[in-house]
Order: sequence, then C-alpha cells, then structure tokens
Amino acid sequence: MSNIPKTPPLVEQLKGGLDAPICLTWELTYACNLACVHCLSSSGRRDPEELSTAEAKDLIDQLAALQVFYVNIGGGEPMLRKDFFEIVEHSVTNGVGVKFSTNGTYLDRAAAERLVALPYLDVQISLDGMTPEVNDAVRGEGSHAKALEAMGHLRDVGFEDFKISIVCTRHNVDQLDEFKALADDHGAQLRITRLRPSGRGVDSYHDLRLTNPQQRQVFHWILDHPDVLTGDSFFHLNALTTETGGPNLPGLNMCGAGRVVCLIDPIGDVYACPFVIHDEFLAGNVRDAGGFAHVWQESTLFTELREPTSAGACASCGSYDACQGGCMATKFFTGLPLDGPDPDCIHGHADEALAGIASGSAPRPSQDHSRPGAAVPVALTRKH
Amino acid sequence: MAFDPADRYRLSPRVGLRPEPFGALAYHYDTRRLVFLKSNDLVALVRSLESHASAADAIDAVVDPTTGRRSAYVTALASLCESGVVEPLLEPAA
Repeated sequence: MSNIPKTPPLVEQLKGGLDAPICLTWELTYACNLACVHCLSSSGRRDPEELSTAEAKDLIDQLAALQVFYVNIGGGEPMLRKDFFEIVEHSVTNGVGVKFSTNGTYLDRAAAERLVALPYLDVQISLDGMTPEVNDAVRGEGSHAKALEAMGHLRDVGFEDFKISIVCTRHNVDQLDEFKALADDHGAQLRITRLRPSGRGVDSYHDLRLTNPQQRQVFHWILDHPDVLTGDSFFHLNALTTETGGPNLPGLNMCGAGRVVCLIDPIGDVYACPFVIHDEFLAGNVRDAGGFAHVWQESTLFTELREPTSAGACASCGSYDACQGGCMATKFFTGLPLDGPDPDCIHGHADEALAGIASGSAPRPSQDHSRPGAAVPVALTRKH
Repeated sequence: MAFDPADRYRLSPRVGLRPEPFGALAYHYDTRRLVFLKSNDLVALVRSLESHASAADAIDAVVDPTTGRRSAYVTALASLCESGVVEPLLEPAA
C-alpha cells in the first residue's frame, strides 16, 4: 500500500492528530488490591468521584459514535468494580472491543467462563517475574501465584490468545525466553513493554530500569521474536539502527500522546497518555460540555501536542530520525527537558543531564491513590 | 487463500472502516488487527469490490488507466486480503 503516493507519509499525518484516538486507555477505578511499586496510576484506593455505571455506559456510547474500535481497560484493578461485567458487556455489544488488564486475583473459573463467552474481548494478565521472588518484589506477596492461577483458568476454559504482559525490568529481562515459553504453554501471546517513571514508578524507576547492555539485549530479542507484542513502547531503541544498519522495531515509530492515544482516568479526566497523569498533561474531563470528543478534538493541550516538534538538543544526533527523541512521559518524570534525549537514550546522551537533576526535584504525579502503608519496597538488590 | 484479481471480493463484514484524512483505519474485530488504508482511492476501491464481478473490474472502475497505477492496487488488495480486511466472495455478482 505504501507505493500509492497520494498523501504525506502516514506517520507525519498521525502526528497531526486524528478525529478520534486509535488506541485509548480507560482506567476504570483507582481501587486495587495490589500496590505494585511501578504502578503508573499510583492506584490503591477508589476515588469517590469515579464515573457511575450510567456515566461509563454513556462514555462507551460516545466512543462508539467516534468509531473507536477498542479500548484498553485498566485501573487499578478493573475487576474490583461491581459493574465490571456490565460495563464490558455494554462496550462489546456496541462495537467497542475491550482489552482489559488485570492482576488476575479475581479471575476465577466462573469469571473465565463468562469472559470466554464474550465476543470482541481480550484479557491481559500482568506479570513481572517468572518466579515469585522476582515478581512479588515488584507486585506484592502472593501476586505471582494469583496471576498463574488466572492464566490456568483462561487456558482451561479455552480462552485463546489472551495476553501475558510484562514490564521489562533489570530483574526480569533475563527471563524473556521463559516468559515466552509460559505464554506458548498457555496458548497465550506475550506482550512486553517499557518501564516508565510514572505514578509510583517515579520512586522505583532508577532501581528497576534496564541497563544499557540490557536495553540492547531487549532490542535484539524483540527483532528475533516478531510475534511478541510491545505496544510500540520501545521505539527509543531504534537509535540502535544507526549501529546495526538493520531494521527498526515493528510498529509506529513515534510518540502517540494526544495524537493517536490518550488516557481517560477513573474520574473522567483525559490525559495525553497513560504515563503522564500530571496536571501539565490534563486536557479536560469527559463530564465537561461536549464530552470526550470535545476534549480530544478541541483541547489546547492536544492541539499543541499535534504541532511539529523540535528535535532540540537531539538535533545534532544522527539517530533522531530513528528514535524521535524517545518518550515524553519518561523525560518529564525524570526532570529532563521534553525536547532533549530520553533518559534511556542508548547513546548515553542524557546521562550527564540526568546526573545533574537534584534528588527530589523532578515532577511528581498530580494524584496519589496509594493505600497508606501499602507500598511494597523493592526488595531486590540493585544489579549492575 | 492467495489473492486473485480474477475473483470477486468484498470488504469483510468483520471489519470496521473509519474514514481518516489519509484514507481509512480498518479494524478487524476477529484478529484485532489495525490496518491503515493509505489513500482515499483505495478506500473507495475496497468499498466497491462487492459490486463488481472481479477485483480486476473494480480496479479498472477506480483507476485511471493512463496513470498506470494498476499494479499498485493489485498489491494493496493482496495485502488487505492477507490480513483479512477483504475476503473472497464466491457468489456471483447480483
């Protein structure tokens, strides 16, 4: 299709924004039974202002009218909402497919049977270590066992191609082959994504982030495993193509924040992406006049994000076209300028600036729904 | 099944098409794959497939033969067939 020259390159058009998002994340609740140290939404306690069942259904109707084909539902733990199935069923019967992320605690046999019967529904079980030792240090005691139980239920009821979703850390990166085998064993699909310093991740990022050699390892592993999903989250690693001379990672090589993706949080606030829950990236609320479409199409923030970006300090680097300067959210929450290198720049171009950020001076998330005292310290010793 | 321009095709009923400035976004509800249709002519072609006796006829109706882009549309349709966005239709045209 690329040889039909009619319009500017697709990526350039996508950067200018679309009438509706391609991919929308909707956190249903801030309530969560776990307290993962890298939780991007600092979840724990339900917010009293969360959307009601009627408001949630109305939002789905708005998304259907915009032809948003599917939503990624998350939280918090979305299955903690008493109306979880009611919301999901309303969505899939109105043409808005659902992929929801769960820690698996409440995904028992009965829930698995109900889920497998729904069309247009996909499930994603979060797991951050092949062993309880590695996983539970990040996600909490007993969470490894619960996730594995949920996967067993999905396999037993014949739920094909559910997703097992891993956030890559320096402690689990050597387990990628084992994760892949686990997914294959369950008839599931592996998904690996990049760690961001968002939510409670602002405090755990530096202990969990991949080392430079590990980042190279992940880049090649992804290229060797084209059937593994990545959410296009590792595009900053495409800077390596200037060394390898080889292909980019598959997927859209761009930051989609406010252009093709956004986040709707449990109280209806619309942020540019799931990883920037901060007032600076708040575009509006679905309860405002005009609803979600007005926020997406008219907000000042999203309009600005769709304007051409400057390469800034990266302009003189030969890799900028490949890596696009990396992830906006990751730069923001590590205190780096948005028009400079990503803290995980594979060439190390951010190392000096990062070292110069005074401890505690980087932005903090604008909200925190953590349960008091529930945060689990990262017990693993920092490797490397 | 390999794409054959001599056969009749249609836009899969399992696919949603969303018009965009660059053409359209196609979403396959079964495979959950998103596909970009990168020109408005291609979108028109895909929508018109069902009303022609063959994909070749549909292409001829959309493509200006003097510009010689026919092969590009055959390639594009073959790719869309592979991803399930368009599918063979075995009944003859009404």
